[in-house]
Order: sequence, then structure tokens, then C-alpha cells
Amino acid sequence: MSTASQTTPRIAPGRAGVKKELPDRFKDYRHVWVFLELERGNVHPVSFELLGEGRKLADKLEVQLAGVVLGPPGEMVEDAVAEAFAYGADLVYIVDAPPLADYRNEPFAKALTDLVNTHKPEILLLGATTLGRDLAGSVATTLQTGLTADCTELDVDSDGSLAATRPTFGGSLLCTIYTLNYRPQMATVRPRVMPMPQRVDKPVGRVMRHKLSLVEDDIVTKVLGFLPDNQSAMANLAYADVVVAGGLGLGAAENLQLVKNLARAIGAEHGCSRPLVQKGWMPADRQIGQTGKTIRPKLYIAAGISGAIQHRVGVEGADLIVAINTDPNAPIFEFAHLGIVTDAIRFLPALTEAFTRRLSPHSRDKLAS
Amino acid sequence: MIEQFDAIVVGAGMSGNAAAYTLASQGLKVLQLERGEYPGSKNVQGAIMYANMLEKIIPDFRDDAPLERHLVEQRLWVMDDTSHTGIHYRSDDFNEAKPNRYTIIRAQFDKWFSRKVREAGATVLCETTATELVRDGNGKVIGVRTDRAGGVVFANVVVLAEGVSGLLGTRAGLREMPKPETVAIAVKEMHFLPEEVIGQRFGVKGDEGCVIEAVGTISRSMAGLGFLYTNKESISLGIGCLVSDFAATMESPSALLDAMKNHPSIRPLIAGSEVKEYAAHLIPEGGYRAIPQLFGDGWVIVGDAAQLNNAIHREGSNLAMTSGRVAAEAIIKVKSRNGPMTKANLALYKTMLDDSFVIKDLKKYKDMPALLHTNSSNFFDSYPRLMSHAAQTFMRVDGTPKIEKEKNTTAAFINARSRWGLVSDAVRLALAWR
Amino acid sequence: MHIVVCIKQVPDSAQIRVHPVTNTIMRQGVPTIINPYDLFALEEALKLRDVHGGEVTVLTMGPPMAEDSLRKALGYGADRAVLLTDRYFAGSDTLATSFALSQAIAKIGETFGRPDIVFTGKQTIDGDTAQVGPGIAKRLDLSQLTYVAKIASIDLDTREIEVARRAEGGTQLLKSRLPCLITMLEDTNEIRRGSLQQALCAARSQVVKWTAADAGIDDLTRCGLRGSPTVVKRVFAPTARAERAAQIDTAERGLQDIADELIADILTRRPALEHELAFNSGT
Repeated sequence: MSTASQTTPRIAPGRAGVKKELPDRFKDYRHVWVFLELERGNVHPVSFELLGEGRKLADKLEVQLAGVVLGPPGEMVEDAVAEAFAYGADLVYIVDAPPLADYRNEPFAKALTDLVNTHKPEILLLGATTLGRDLAGSVATTLQTGLTADCTELDVDSDGSLAATRPTFGGSLLCTIYTLNYRPQMATVRPRVMPMPQRVDKPVGRVMRHKLSLVEDDIVTKVLGFLPDNQSAMANLAYADVVVAGGLGLGAAENLQLVKNLARAIGAEHGCSRPLVQKGWMPADRQIGQTGKTIRPKLYIAAGISGAIQHRVGVEGADLIVAINTDPNAPIFEFAHLGIVTDAIRFLPALTEAFTRRLSPHSRDKLAS
Repeated sequence: MIEQFDAIVVGAGMSGNAAAYTLASQGLKVLQLERGEYPGSKNVQGAIMYANMLEKIIPDFRDDAPLERHLVEQRLWVMDDTSHTGIHYRSDDFNEAKPNRYTIIRAQFDKWFSRKVREAGATVLCETTATELVRDGNGKVIGVRTDRAGGVVFANVVVLAEGVSGLLGTRAGLREMPKPETVAIAVKEMHFLPEEVIGQRFGVKGDEGCVIEAVGTISRSMAGLGFLYTNKESISLGIGCLVSDFAATMESPSALLDAMKNHPSIRPLIAGSEVKEYAAHLIPEGGYRAIPQLFGDGWVIVGDAAQLNNAIHREGSNLAMTSGRVAAEAIIKVKSRNGPMTKANLALYKTMLDDSFVIKDLKKYKDMPALLHTNSSNFFDSYPRLMSHAAQTFMRVDGTPKIEKEKNTTAAFINARSRWGLVSDAVRLALAWR
Repeated sequence: MHIVVCIKQVPDSAQIRVHPVTNTIMRQGVPTIINPYDLFALEEALKLRDVHGGEVTVLTMGPPMAEDSLRKALGYGADRAVLLTDRYFAGSDTLATSFALSQAIAKIGETFGRPDIVFTGKQTIDGDTAQVGPGIAKRLDLSQLTYVAKIASIDLDTREIEVARRAEGGTQLLKSRLPCLITMLEDTNEIRRGSLQQALCAARSQVVKWTAADAGIDDLTRCGLRGSPTVVKRVFAPTARAERAAQIDTAERGLQDIADELIADILTRRPALEHELAFNSGT
């Protein structure tokens, strides 16, 4: 009888027993690095979140936390350096050169790879943004080391190895991944997955400046222009304080209007779970979860969302999670704080009305003042 | 470029694959069209497969076919609201080198079968719907039109294996749209459980499997049947009733399935399972009297499209496979005599099918569908309740003399259905079975 | 021009099941599909071929069953399909995968003509790493153009290409040179339906099957488990929060009642929200 259809996942059972035998050439790799992503003059908030996380790892390992800033010479880089110290870095590496004015893979990958080869960090963290993913993939390939994408938890093992946990198999399970015999151990983390650490004004500490070993003529790809997103059109979901989202329980695309109505009434951003994007009911930039946006709002209202792991990891950072679902056994009730077992299609209009009634006087006051 | 094939097979289910494989393996130039994304994509559920009929097509299928479990136990349950009275037959004799019946998951099995068809040399096109039969000036079918750009293909003969609800044959007037009283709708679910849990719950080991078929109050007075098949790491669970009954009673198939899952005899068997894949499926139940004209100028009909399904023994796939194979063999014979694929020549298919178990079995039960349908409230509600009551009265030890218990039971039957009614049902059932 | 499109056969994620005891994936009965993100890459490649002429080769690495996906890609109109399949590839992480694929692409270049563009999807739905594309670009020294929303122009004489690339906070307009690697953004096009002739062609054409040796891979230590620096040590289900959600009673009450209680409950737990919500809705 055939057993061809039965396969185990791609983790061989023997791997758990793989022993750490760090080759000699990696023995002097030390310290934790965080790549600071400059986004048109500002540091991307994910870099601060990573500095917070990197600080914890560095303290556990009793090593230093370094920030890495790549950019054009000038104020922009200097500001980023100051921010790096304010968010906990012990030292900062800078490569500032004109070709680093806008992000391009070639000069950035070259600068970061050279820095790593010169100063040998044991851990290198990047934000899982379009920039970070573009950069991390090629740097890890050049360095021939392991890269774990989209981690939701980072820790240091008893033997000092980085334990990077991420959702796996389409977000149905979590797995912990190690890079035992290669350095640096690289990981990316999506924005908002880690909490924002406290900013503490500090004097600028030790700064190590490096040259870029490339000139503009060496670089094939040129930037012709940049079209910033229209702020009003672009969902600012990841950083919203209040978010309302809908899932398959809404039954039909037109019922998403109920979610939007509530969001509008309370000044929230709206979003949805993955199946709705797959059905084409909402654009991809509204998707909340492992493969969409990770959110950390003060209030999250999930309507008709069952709460698969891949959604859970995207919303667990919310201060207060309210779940509305007809199924009392839906997994979302395992991580929501407040639950209502009812039909969201009927309940959402009532909730919108109740909020409007309760809040409108205050809103009027605000507008008046 | 106009392509000419020896045969076009419309549909890649059991009958279509059997026909296409048989034709292609005899060297005919075969095109098979399937509207689904891949063969079996429209058929995600579990089923029972009969080895004997497949052996006649692919003798060594056991080498690589995706089979779930071979059946060593069959349970027939008559259920009322809280109980079941059962006949179980289990035999170690079924643990033979070449077992007789297997549970399969159609999505995987059909994919495998389709690979065999391709390996035999047929051209298989998926995501391609045959929309219309193409005829010549004399009305002979000479090809089909598809829904793809530039989509007409020609063949000497078209084998319609499009299933019970396929539109090609009905649109062309080759067969009637099946009537609500000749089609059942079965709703099914896959309940996933670890292999070892299934082993424990059903008392089976290794690849052994068990089937439960249940009649009674679960079908709410309609003519219907519930079923439970054990797969390797899942359970196929479902219930089917006639479309006309659903229409008349306003019952919903999914509510019926939900109630069945909550029946105290079923619930513990599926407890803790993860449910995936709810699907509804139409099953031809008209029996012998509903079989349409099976052949004509340039065409034959096989499988469910031809109503070839034995509702009483729950055999569908073996009739489908056999009719597909027999149709193919008839076509091969006609071709080998250099005969054209005319109605007169293709009558050979009907002759060969009449001679097989397919038509013989259906003929035997030709009166059964009507009997069960007209009398459904007795067979599917009153009798199951009475039977359960009788069993419980007999089992319960409460000091009532046994002779009195028997009397009470007899009285209960007579009260419910009158002496004459009971005799009449028994006689009619016996006649229909004969 | 010659375009190579890398695709992956993935389990339909909606159907993935996890064994409750062993926490392994139960793949039985789970249908497989072409990674949906790859279809945007494939369609873009087919569109370029329609305009500029040439050929589209689809490539995948996977078990023999992955042939189904390649056949499907042929049905959409790809000209050639290469299946890279070998037990040495089992257990590959992204680094080992990009190694094997880049070797195969080099071999495709030698055998069928050097590719001008290599396409991949943005990421896969089962791994979600988005690392294999950049890995291939680095290994083959191709210009790396990720998250491409639009290919504005290609000039085969000057070998120049202009694209719009999704970046943080906006769209980057880039000019680069062929050969390049493009990872295509989602929702940028819609995969076509092949004609009957294309479908017939696809059904009949042979998928090229290469082992590691066929693809010219000598160094097997860089493949599969051995070539993968990352090690999966533990797979587990997340632990449930200590307490389940506090349920608001809904029995025999009006919806407005329930809504009012919910709001009161929210504001009791997070008093600061009242200010927040009011402020938000007023602006």
C-alpha cells in the first residue's frame, strides 16, 4: 500500500541533535549589531524596536550592542547616530558616502558585508521591511551564513547561540531556528513585532567610521526618482492606536462596510485577515497577520476572525483585544481579552451606534477647543 | 490547426479515467478533458474503491495507487435518536494479499489514476470545459467545443463521462436532466485524526479499515443513508438523501449532517477531530429505470452521467469504472473491425454492459428506489424506532417476564404500522430485493 | 530574449493541518498549488516574451510531484519547464535552495541560452522568507530588483531596464541593466488562460528533469541539509494565554445593551482610551 502521500515536514528528526562545533574562523565573532534603516531622512521605527531587542541579547551575552548606519554624508546620518545611542547602542558603525543617499542593493550590500567581515559581529539584526529583506538576503548569501526571516521572538541559549523563533508552515506552528556553525547569526524582525523601547537622551558614544569601497560609477543600478505614497490613501495600519478588522465571518465583501463604518466612527484604521485578501475583498496592504501588517494598537477589535496563528502573531502586541465571533470555540478567544459570542454582521452596527452615542459629545468638545 | 482524435473523453472521474486508460493503452489517440484544476479537484472526499473492478483495468494498481485502508469490518446500523442497533461483520479473511475493498481519498486517487492515463498515452487537459458537442450534417457527433480560445477538437467518438450534473449530454438532448427524485445529494466532511487514534477507536491496526453505514432517524423520515469511512488519518463522514425529499421536507443537508455528528453513537468516534473540507456531491439514485439511452452516432455515455449507480449496495465507483472500461472495449472492437462509430456499431457497448454485473445488479433492484421513496417514513423512521425500542426492552433487566416483553414489542410494531402494513412492507421489500 | 521564472509548488496553506500530538504537518490530502506570488512573475515574463519575442523557461526545485506545477505553468504558455529533483536537495534552507537554483539557472543558460531576466515571486506562502530571490541574484551576479510593481521599459540593444519598485513609504524608479533578477510584487497583473493549442502543447511537452549532477552541481555539501546553515531545533504550537477572553453575556439581551456593556468594559480596562477615541473621531 502506498504511503507516498505521507511526508513529514522538512525538518529531519536528526537535526535537533546537531552539535555546535563553531569553526575556529568564527571564534572571534562577538557583539550584537542592529542595522538602522534610514527612510528618507528618518530612522524607520523598526530599527528602534530592534535596538531594544538587541540590548537584551547583548546584556545576556555580556557583549556590546552596536548600531550600523549607512547613508550619505551629513546631518541625516549624524541624527541617526544620536538616535542609536538614545535607544541603547554602545557604539555605532557608520559608512557615509554619496552612493548611499538612496537605497540600492549593490552599495548597501557591499558596505554592510565589508563591515561584517572587518568587525565580525556574532548577531546581526535587520528590520523585515522591503529594504531590510532585500539587503539581508544578499548579505547572508555573500557571507554564506544563516538568516532567519520574520522572527517573533529572539533569545540567547545557554551556550550563547541565537534562538530565533518564527511562525512556520503558513503560520500554523512556531519553530525555533539556530545558526550553529556560521557567523554572524542573522535575523529579520517585522515592524511592530517587538515593543518600542524607552528613548533616553544620551551623549554620542564611540563611533567607528568606514569608507565605502565602491564609487558611483561601479554601480549598475541608478535611482531615477521616488514617488512618496499618498499619506491619506496609504493605510497607516501598523502604527494606528485603534484598529478594527474583519474576517471570513463577515460572510460577504459588502459587509466589510460595517467594519469601515465602525472604524470611521471611532477614528480607527481598518484591516482584515488573510483569507479576505486572498478572496480579493480587501487590498493586500490592509492585511493583518504574519504575512501582512503586525499591529500594536491600544485597542483592537476583531470581527468574524477565527484567530489562526498567523493572525495571532500579528496582533498579540495589542493592549486590549476584543473578539466578536459566532463560534465559542474559535481560537481567537484564547488570546483576546474580551469576547462576545455573536454574529458580527448584526453586532457591528449596534456597536458603531453605541460608540457614536457615547463619544460624540467629547468629540464636539475637542473640535471646539 | 485542426486536431483529430480517435476518441475524446469528457470528464476525469472514475468512469472517464477507466475509459481513457483502456482506450489509450490499446493505442488509440485519446484526448481527455477535465473542467477541474486537476483530476479529483472537484472531488475532495473519501470513498470506497473495489479492487476487482480496478484490477480489470490496471492489474497491478496496488503497487502505487494511493490507497488508504483495506476494509476488514463493515457495520450496518439502524439508528433512532439515542441508540443504534447494529450488524457488524468483521473477518480476518479480509486481511489477504490482495484485499477486496479499500477506502480512498478521491482527490489523491483520481490524480494517480490520471497519471496512469497520461502514461498510457492519452492527452489530458485540465481546466478545460467541454461546452458543446459538434455534429456533422447528419447529426453524428464529430467533436466537442471547449471554453478555451480556438477550442474545437474532433474525434471519431465522444465518451461522455461528465458526471450526474454534466451539461454536455443534457444540452445536446442525449439524456434528460436528472429528476429530483432520481438524484441524491450527499454532504460530506473530512475529520482529521491521528492514525493511532483511529486505530484505537475502531479497533483496527496497520492499514485495516472499517466502514459504518447507518439508516434511521438521522435522515428524518427521508430515504437516506449516513456513512463513515476510516482513512489513514481521517474519517469521511456524510449523509445523503434524495433531492426531492430535501425539497419536500425543507430540511437542510448540512443540518442533517450536524445532527448526525452529534448523535451519541457517532460523536465519540469523531471527538477531537479537525474538520476540513465540507462538500456536497450529487449521486444518481434512479436505478435501472432512470438509465438513459447509452449510445448514439458518435457518442456513448458512461458512469454517473448514465445513472449507473447501485444505491442499495452503495456501489458507484465500480459501476462507473466498469462502464467506462466496457465502453472503451466496445469502441476498440468497433475500430478493430474498421467500423465507423455509428449508433448501430456502438450498440455493442450496451450489449456488453447488459451482460455485465452493472446492468444485472441494477435490474435486480429496479423496484427498490420507488419502494423506499414512497414508504420512507416507515423504513427510515418508524421501523428504526421500533427496532431500537424492542432491543432496549429486551436488554433492560427490570423484572418484566420475557414473554410479556415479546408481546409488548409485537404490539408496538402492530400499533405503529398495522399487521397488514407490516406484512405488505415485508413482502414488497422481499420482492424488490429478489 | 530568454526569461527564467522560478516557481515553487506549495501546500495550499488554507488546508494545512497539524498533528495534535507530534506537531508535525499532516500533508495527506492537502492539495498543492503554484505559490500564488509566482504567478505574477510568470505572467510578467509571458507578457515580456509576447512583446520582445524569445522564450520563457520555468524552473522549480522539489519532489517529483512538483512536475504538476510545471505542467500547469506550461499550460499558461511557458515554453519549457525544468524540474530540479534529487534527494540531495531534501532539507534545504534558503541558502542551499538559492545555491541549487542558481546552479540550475547557470546550466539552463549553457543549455538553452543565457537568460536576460530571472523572475521569482515576492516570497512563498509556506516559507514567507523572501530570501531565495536575492540569494540567486547575488550568486549569479545579477542586478537585484525586488518588489517590482511595474516594468516601465526594456531596451534589448542598450540592455537597459527601468522599473518601479515598492520601497518603504513610496515607489522607487530605478534604471538598471540586464541580466537582472526581478521579484514581482503581487496584484501587478493577472495570469492568463492559455489557448487550446497551448494547452495541448503543454500536455504533450516533456518536463526536463535534472538531478544535482545533471545541473552541474559537483559540491553536494552545499545542498540540502548539509548545505543549510540554519537548523530547526524545535517546532511547537504557541501556548495558550493563561485565561481565555472574558465573555460578555449575550443571552436574551438587545444588541444595544451588549454594545453598551462592551464599551463600558473596554473603558474600565483602559480608561485612557476614552480620550483617545474621542480625540481620534474628532479629527
